[in-house]
Amino acid sequence: MITTDILIIGAGPTGLFAVFEAGLLKMKCHLIDALPQPGGQLAELYPKKPIFDIPGYPEVLAGDLVTNLMNQIKQFQPGFTLGETAETIDKQEDGTFIVTTNKGTQHHAKAVAIAGGLGTFQPRKPIIPNIELFEEKGIEYFVKDPEQFRDKKIVIAGGGDSALDWSIFLSEVASSVTLVHRRNEFRGALDSVEKVQELKAKGKISLITPAEVVALKGDEHLQSVTIEKADETVSLDVDYFIPLFGLTPKLGPIANWGLEIEKNAIKVNNALDYQTNVEGIYAIGDVNIYPGKLKLILCGFHEATLMCQSVYNRINPGKRYVLKYTTVSGVDGFDGSRKEAEKAVVKSID
Amino acid sequence: MSDIKITITDRDGVPHTVDAPTDMNMNVMELVRAYELAPEGTIGICGGMAMCASCQCYIQSDHDIPEKTPDEEAMLWEAFNVKDNSRLGCQIHLTEDLDGLELELAPEA
Repeated sequence: MITTDILIIGAGPTGLFAVFEAGLLKMKCHLIDALPQPGGQLAELYPKKPIFDIPGYPEVLAGDLVTNLMNQIKQFQPGFTLGETAETIDKQEDGTFIVTTNKGTQHHAKAVAIAGGLGTFQPRKPIIPNIELFEEKGIEYFVKDPEQFRDKKIVIAGGGDSALDWSIFLSEVASSVTLVHRRNEFRGALDSVEKVQELKAKGKISLITPAEVVALKGDEHLQSVTIEKADETVSLDVDYFIPLFGLTPKLGPIANWGLEIEKNAIKVNNALDYQTNVEGIYAIGDVNIYPGKLKLILCGFHEATLMCQSVYNRINPGKRYVLKYTTVSGVDGFDGSRKEAEKAVVKSID
Repeated sequence: MSDIKITITDRDGVPHTVDAPTDMNMNVMELVRAYELAPEGTIGICGGMAMCASCQCYIQSDHDIPEKTPDEEAMLWEAFNVKDNSRLGCQIHLTEDLDGLELELAPEA
């Protein structure tokens, strides 16, 4: 079991900055995120977009902000459980929490801070009758293990980078790859588009455009897909159908944790410490709501700071402490590093 | 610059005629959020970058709306419930030319 002081659910900018503020108070953090990399929306949706309202940065690319935050928190050695979703939470008799992910990884923490943004990124599912019946029985929304598709007949749907990239990759693994897209044009990196063109010419990828998968057939497992192209309809025998239409955030299992929810967000006490209705569980950043709430990264940073002060008091009851400034006291890393302002000298000038 | 009237039919089929400011560089998606005509978290998820299609709407009046950018067009190729009159609300900026615009929000998908 992973043990930590503060378990942060969501490794977006707010969650990452919380590690820094916790570190100043000697508290260790561990983060869980459903995505395979830290950074949340900034890394997944818009790494190359500039942000103009981070104080002190006239302009910063979202991806660079994540890199900077990761550098800023490095000395506090945060732990990460990536590619997993926090599923259940159990409050212990001593007021601590055990949070278990969808893959069974257990985390024991003195406090939990939900920094889940708009929620967990989940695949956007195409509207095809009975699609749920074949999920994990021939329908896969992610390619987790390419070996699963070795020597299989695959149909991929979508017109973006993931559809292009996985078509290219799986053309070397699967026995056949068919890419179906509603348009003749694809939106992706130029070299991916050109590579698919080349593989199509070599007969390694079949392209069906403009077309759509409209029906699925099979008994226990998916056996064929029906593809509609202009006025004609074709049925194709397949082992797997992989629809890749991007991701959309949903609040997910957190919605069932007994927390007060309003407008798809978690209600918190913003007059004090961003704690939810369950003592010891906090919600910070875009995932929370209170009167006057603004979903801005800079507000998330502020909320993370107040949350950490509150957790400190919670896990160190009665211990007196006053806020210190990093300019005065520097930053002591858990890795033994120390950052501090250069000392002034007192010396006469002859 | 003055306010204009826009009629937005919400996802339950209820029409709302609202005053829309033209001096705040706002778009249709932001207008829907300002009047809370769709629950938070179900519209404008990407913040207005034409990257999620959660603000898809169907234009019902014959206003002359600026052409789709390649980004909007490509996002609509991958969206669901798309019709000939589909647009992304975040890409329609509120200008005086759009006074009287009528549109319907596409289902959440």
